Amino acid sequence: MAATSTTVPSAGPLAGSRSFFDRLRDGDEIARLVTLLFAASVVLITLLIVYELWQGSVLPRHKFGFAFFRTSVWDPNFEQFGALPFIFGTLVTSAVALLIAVPLGIGAAIFLAELATARLSDALEFFIDLLAAVPSVIYGLLGIFIVVPVMRDVIQPALKNTLGFTPLFKGPAFGIGFLTAGVVLAIMVIPYIISVSREILLSVPRDQREAALALGSTRWESTWKVVVPFARTGIMGSIFLALARALGETMAVTMVIGNTPAIAASLFSPGDSIASVIANQFTEATGELYTQSLIELGLVLFLLTFILNGLARLLIVLTSQRGGAARA
Amino acid sequence: MKRIAAILLMTFGLAAFFVARAVLSINGAGASFPEPIYSKWFDEYHKKDPNVQINYQAIGSGGGIKQVTEGTVDFGASDGPMNDDQLKAFQDKHGFSVLHFPTVLGAAVPTYNIPGVTAELNFTPEALAGIFLAKITKWNDPAITAANQGVTLPGNDIVVVHRSDGSGTTYIWTDYLSKVSDEWKTKIGKNTSVNWPTGELGGNKNEGVAGLVKQTPNSIGYVELIYAIQNKMPYGRVKNSSGQFIKADLASVTEAAAGAAKNMPDDFRVSITNAPGKTAYPISSFTWLLIPSKFTDAAKRDAIKGFVKWMLADGQSHTEALAYSKLPKEVVSKELTALDKVQ
Repeated sequence: MAATSTTVPSAGPLAGSRSFFDRLRDGDEIARLVTLLFAASVVLITLLIVYELWQGSVLPRHKFGFAFFRTSVWDPNFEQFGALPFIFGTLVTSAVALLIAVPLGIGAAIFLAELATARLSDALEFFIDLLAAVPSVIYGLLGIFIVVPVMRDVIQPALKNTLGFTPLFKGPAFGIGFLTAGVVLAIMVIPYIISVSREILLSVPRDQREAALALGSTRWESTWKVVVPFARTGIMGSIFLALARALGETMAVTMVIGNTPAIAASLFSPGDSIASVIANQFTEATGELYTQSLIELGLVLFLLTFILNGLARLLIVLTSQRGGAARA
Repeated sequence: MKRIAAILLMTFGLAAFFVARAVLSINGAGASFPEPIYSKWFDEYHKKDPNVQINYQAIGSGGGIKQVTEGTVDFGASDGPMNDDQLKAFQDKHGFSVLHFPTVLGAAVPTYNIPGVTAELNFTPEALAGIFLAKITKWNDPAITAANQGVTLPGNDIVVVHRSDGSGTTYIWTDYLSKVSDEWKTKIGKNTSVNWPTGELGGNKNEGVAGLVKQTPNSIGYVELIYAIQNKMPYGRVKNSSGQFIKADLASVTEAAAGAAKNMPDDFRVSITNAPGKTAYPISSFTWLLIPSKFTDAAKRDAIKGFVKWMLADGQSHTEALAYSKLPKEVVSKELTALDKVQ
C-alpha cells in the first residue's frame, strides 16, 4: 500500500517517460485499453446499427427515394409506402409531451433542490426514481384506462368549448390521438427531467447562492436568476434525454395514439408514430418491400433522433456563449 | 457453501446434458393465434412420447413463413396460406416443396357498443363492407336497420375500430370483405394489415380493439371468436351465403370448413370465408402448419409425422376446451393422405 501511495503522485508528470510495459505491469495500460475498448464499442454499435438499417432498406430506398419522406400513403397491399404521417406523429406527440413536461419537471426540480427540506427532497426523489423505472406498457395501460376516459369526457370537451375556434382542438373527441399520446409521454418523461435537473441544481456551488443572497436578493431571486441559469446546460441535457425517450417510445404510444396513419391539424385526431407502426406491423409483415420499408422507418427514426440531438448540441453551444458574454 | 453450490450446479448441468441428449428436439415458429392450442398439444404429445420435445415460438405468421423458408426452424405455422411467390421461393431455395396442414379453425366476429342497444344485431355483408369502407356512417342507415327490424338504432356517427398490429384476424376479416364487396377488393384488398380508410381507430391486439370498442360509444370493431367467447363479449350475427344470419360459435365455424371441404384443393391452401352451407359462419378460416416435404433427418421426419397423425385424431379432442373449432372429418381424412407426401 505504501509503495502505491508514493508512486501515485509521480505518475502524472512521469507517465510519459515510463515504458509501455511498465505501465502495462502497473495495470494503468490495461485499464486504459479495456476502458478504451468499452468506449469504442459504443461507436461501433452505433455504426453497426446504421449499417444494418441501411443494408436492410435497399429496396424501398431505390424504389421510393426521397418520396418516402414526402408521401403519406401506407398500403401493404398495393406496396405504396410513405413515412410522412409517422414522422408527423412522432414529432407532434413528442412536442406536446415536452410542452407539458418541461415546465412541470423543472418546477418540481427547483422545489426539490432549492426549497424543500433535504429529508422531503430525498423522500420524493425515491418516488421519482420509482416512476422512472415503471415499464412503459404500464404507462400505456394507465393511458387506456385512466387518461383516455378523462380526456374524452372532461379535458377534450373543455378544450373544445374554450379553444375550439383554433384548428388544434377541432373534430370528434375519441379520447385517443395525438394529444392523449403526448400527455402519456409527458407523464413518462417528467421523472427524467426532475431527477436529472434536481441533481444538476444540487451540484451548483454553494457560494453562488450565498453571493446572490449577500447582494440582497430574495431566496427566489437567487434561485431563479443565479442558480437556474448556472445549471442551464445540465437542465437542457435533461430535456434532451426526455425528448429522446419520447421520440422512441413505443408501447405506451401505440396503446393510445389510435394507430391510423394520418396528418391532421387537430390534436384530437388519431394518428401514428414511427416506433408504434414498426412494433405493430413488423412481425406479420410479408413481402420484402413491406418489411424493408418498416426497416427504413427505423432508419428515419434514427436520423430524426440524430438531427434533433445535433440541434440540441448547437442550442447548448449558442446559449452558453450568450451566457458567457452576459457573465463577462 | 460455495462448494455445495458448485456441486449442485454441476449435477444440474450434467442432468440437463443427458436429458437434452435423449430427447429429440423439434423447433417450430409462426402464428400467434393458435399458440394456446399448440402449446397444449406439444405438451400432451410430449407426455405421450417423452422422446419428442416440440418447441414453438409464436412470432407471427409472417415470421413463421420466413423462418421455415430460411430453414432455421423445422416447421412453420401461419394464419394465412403462403402465396405462389412464397412457395416458389421455398422451392428454389431447397429443391423441394413446403406443405400446408390445417390444424384448427378460427373466426372473426363483429363487436359493437351502441348506447341503449342491447339486442344482438344482424349484419349483412353489404352493411359490414359499407361500414368498414366508411360509406355507411350512421347507425340508422337503411342498410343496417333493414336487417334489424324491431331494434331502434340511433342516428349517431359510427366509429370504426380495427386491429393496428398485423394479424391473422385482420387477414380473415379483409379476406371476407374482399369476397363480398368488389369495391373492397379493388380499393383495399386482403392482408394482415391494410390501408384502412382514414378516421378509423386502430387497437393493438384483441385486447386493444375490445378496449376501444368498450370505451367508445357508437363504435364497431372485430375480434377473434375465441377472445369474444372467453371474455363473454357480445357480438353480432352475420348473413352467410345461404342468406341465414349466423351467430359464430364452434359448431358454425366447423360447418364452414365442412362446406368448403368438397372443393378443397389438394394443397389445402383455401379460404373458407363466405363458405357454402346453411349453418356455416361466413368469416372463418383455417390455420396451418407449414411442413417441408423432405427431411434429411429421418428421426425428425417420423416425429413430426407422428405428431400430425396424433393431432388429427386424439389432438382434436383438446380443441373445444380452448374454444377452437375442430376440423371436419372430411378434412382430417384428406390430411392423413397428404401426410404421405412428407418424406
